Amino acid sequence: MTGPAAWADATLAAILLAVDPDRLRGIVLRARPGPVRDRWLAWFRTLFPESVPFRRLPPGVGDERLLGGLDLAATLRAGRPVAERGVLAEADGGVLIVPMAERIPPPLAARLAAVLDRGEVVAERDGLALRHAARIALVLIDESAGEDERCPAALSERLALLADLTSVPLGEAALPDVNADTIARAQQRLRAVTVTDAAVEALCQTALALGIGSLRAPSLALSAARAAAALHGREEIGEEDLIAAGRLVLAPRATVLPAPTEEAEAPPDREPEDAAAPDRPPEGDDTEGLDPKALAEVVLTAAAAAVPPDLLSALAGAGPRRALGGGKAGAAKVSKLRGAPLAARPGLPRGGARLALLDTLRAAAPWQRLRQPAEAGGTRPHIAVRREDFRIRRYRERSETTTIFVVDASGSAALARLAEAKGAVELLLANCYVRRDRVALIAFRGRGAELLLPPTGSLVRARRLLAALPGGGGTPLAAGLEAAEALAEAVLRRGGTPVLVLLTDGRANVTLAGTGGREAAEAEALAAARRLAARRLAAVLIDTSTRPQAQAERVARAMGARYLPLPYADAAALSRAVKAVQPGQTPARAA
Amino acid sequence: MTPRPLFPFSAIVGQDEMKLALLIAAVDQTIGGVLVFGDRGTGKSTAVRALAALLPPMRVIAGCPYACAPEKPAGLCDVCRGGGKRHRAALVPVPVVDLPLGATEDRVVGALDIERALAQGVKAFEPGLLARAHRGFLYIDEVNLLEDHIVDLLLDVAASGENVVEREGLSIRHPARFVLVGSGNPEEGELRPQLLDRFGLSVEVATPTDLPTRVEVVRRRDAFERDPAGFAAAWAPEEAKLRRRIVAARRRLDDTTVPDAVIEQAARLCLSLGTDGLRGELTLVRAARAFAAFEGERVVAAPHLRRVAPPALRHRLRRNVLDETVATTRVERAIAEVFGA
Repeated sequence: MTGPAAWADATLAAILLAVDPDRLRGIVLRARPGPVRDRWLAWFRTLFPESVPFRRLPPGVGDERLLGGLDLAATLRAGRPVAERGVLAEADGGVLIVPMAERIPPPLAARLAAVLDRGEVVAERDGLALRHAARIALVLIDESAGEDERCPAALSERLALLADLTSVPLGEAALPDVNADTIARAQQRLRAVTVTDAAVEALCQTALALGIGSLRAPSLALSAARAAAALHGREEIGEEDLIAAGRLVLAPRATVLPAPTEEAEAPPDREPEDAAAPDRPPEGDDTEGLDPKALAEVVLTAAAAAVPPDLLSALAGAGPRRALGGGKAGAAKVSKLRGAPLAARPGLPRGGARLALLDTLRAAAPWQRLRQPAEAGGTRPHIAVRREDFRIRRYRERSETTTIFVVDASGSAALARLAEAKGAVELLLANCYVRRDRVALIAFRGRGAELLLPPTGSLVRARRLLAALPGGGGTPLAAGLEAAEALAEAVLRRGGTPVLVLLTDGRANVTLAGTGGREAAEAEALAAARRLAARRLAAVLIDTSTRPQAQAERVARAMGARYLPLPYADAAALSRAVKAVQPGQTPARAA
Repeated sequence: MTPRPLFPFSAIVGQDEMKLALLIAAVDQTIGGVLVFGDRGTGKSTAVRALAALLPPMRVIAGCPYACAPEKPAGLCDVCRGGGKRHRAALVPVPVVDLPLGATEDRVVGALDIERALAQGVKAFEPGLLARAHRGFLYIDEVNLLEDHIVDLLLDVAASGENVVEREGLSIRHPARFVLVGSGNPEEGELRPQLLDRFGLSVEVATPTDLPTRVEVVRRRDAFERDPAGFAAAWAPEEAKLRRRIVAARRRLDDTTVPDAVIEQAARLCLSLGTDGLRGELTLVRAARAFAAFEGERVVAAPHLRRVAPPALRHRLRRNVLDETVATTRVERAIAEVFGA
């Protein structure tokens, strides 16, 4: 799509959204900051009456501002809890502009999606059950630069329209002659527009041909086509309306290129004119029965021409489905946002501690009668809050556990037990998966240790690396322990909790300098082990030798690790042993 | 403005397994909840919310804050048990309570009623969402995004059927038995295994790929959005029919027998899949019984078992992250083995 066509589509999208915000629900606008975007936004505002609220979502908005909460000033004045509306309720009947939409975290996306679905905001917080009408249209401004950043699918999925201003020069951005009155007239016609079966089929067929799985897309396209028909004064959805819907709703969602038809050429640019002259009298030639197949062909051709080129290049490398995903990245981020608030405790809100307003009021509540005995009779109610009532918020800093596997892949260990050790690690990996831990993998053999896998949540990767790990060579145990110590320190610095799982037979024979020599190597290994012990790190040593060796046990003792000889370590024992050293094994509520 | 009206349950096109799982939970509320996971835009939330409108009203003790059942003296709350007076019954809609994301703990479990405390100096308990959901449904959309500490609360209460509140000097316990219904999209994040295991049935929903079905979905959706009241009226007879079937199935449930041969088949199925514990077997048999009752049968037979095996078992397979075989395929393979398809 070139500049003018993209601008024409973006303005038509704005007009359609203004005509039927309730059903089209919003628009994803790909646009960098700049005059083109400003022009579009300013003009979009003029399509709505003054009375319609336009709100901007503050970046990093918390639930309190978003959903509503307790109004501190009013609560203290009234002497009873007074709720304050959030941004969503304030935008009821209007538009919510969301800047930097590509950075919306999944929890926020889920809250917005719920509001879109229900037309109201429902929240249960701060001792209040909040319920406010919130019929809003969203304008998600996607400023993403790369391919891997996109608006959360949970949201873009629900919004009918997608437009792209990134390639529009300011000179091409001419504003169509449409205003709030034009929109109002179209709205009056909206309900009367009828839909033929052929139109529904054409949109469904087009969606399928473009590889669009979700059924929201054709539904939204139908609503867009209806809005277009109303705009042009047509009583029935016509071919042009379907084409507009195909371009604006379906094309940007395409995941495959449709099979080429005989006339795969782009249709002439008709849309800009349509948008510019919405009051043109109905042409009256679309009303006769249309063959759904032929119609679908026309819509598909038009939509295919509007499929963004960068999408196709992105598809070339990706698999057939989920190409538009981007949702996966959220999974890892979510857990970091999940704090565990603890019960508030008495204290003053200073030194970074935040006041737990509601808990403070709860603490003050039972004493009100005692504190203001004679003040009744006309004086306005207020709450007497005293120093001892103050409660502050506390959060349990849930530090993430990173299990560091340190695997001896030397000849002595490898030949005998490496395969079994790998099996043991796999069991432990599954265990880590269950508890959403991160894992890291260090191997040592030959002359030194190597960090094979930095801390990650991807256990599949850990397993693959492990399976491919070759064995053989000397046993630089000290180097392995040192690498483990360095990594554990890095984990601690990031606020995590490291747990070491060391698999070795303990027979060190290579020194830190990389030279042979059993005695020196063992001395170094024990020294390294004692340094680990000094750090009080949780650790397990799994002895991989065929028979339990004195050396391995000595190393375990030196590093303060639990010692577990592999011959006795069946799955259950292994998992118990590692669990036993991992923190946070008590249920969260008991903490 | 009033919130958007609800799409009728019986008008949902396709998605048979999801609808069946919800209906089974409606027939036998002890089934342990339903998890609906899958593609976007498949009507997950629509179906759950529509179920609420479908269910016949329930009898409660008038004025009871916990919706106690008048015919069950054993499970009464403290308020209803005390006094020894006769209870008046009232009919109320079955609650389907939304647990919105971002809900705070005090709203979920209940807390000191701050309004009464401030205005009257009375230390009263204000019941939370768990109390409201008692004997009904607790619905969590995007269940995989639920904060961990709320999940812990839910697991605790769901296991015991009782909500114990110790906070702000209050000490309250009240019954809280509900059907937990969760929905979500796996792309947004994994579900905690402890929570996964808690659900009786789990359903995977996918978008239909054939044109006629898709056209029908879009057509009905459009008809509904244009005229919700008219659409609901047109589907009212279907809804009534389905409601009568649920009522009849509930009545039939206690008399529906499970022959030993069927129980044995259930056990063999679970054994061959290696599901942990007995919960899988129990759910499987219960779901088969509810399904049979729904179908108007008095005796559970193999076809009932086969039909409910995937939703009852697929989320109970010992999860091996590293094995990419889809759970459903594994269940189907086991069914073929046990029943000799």
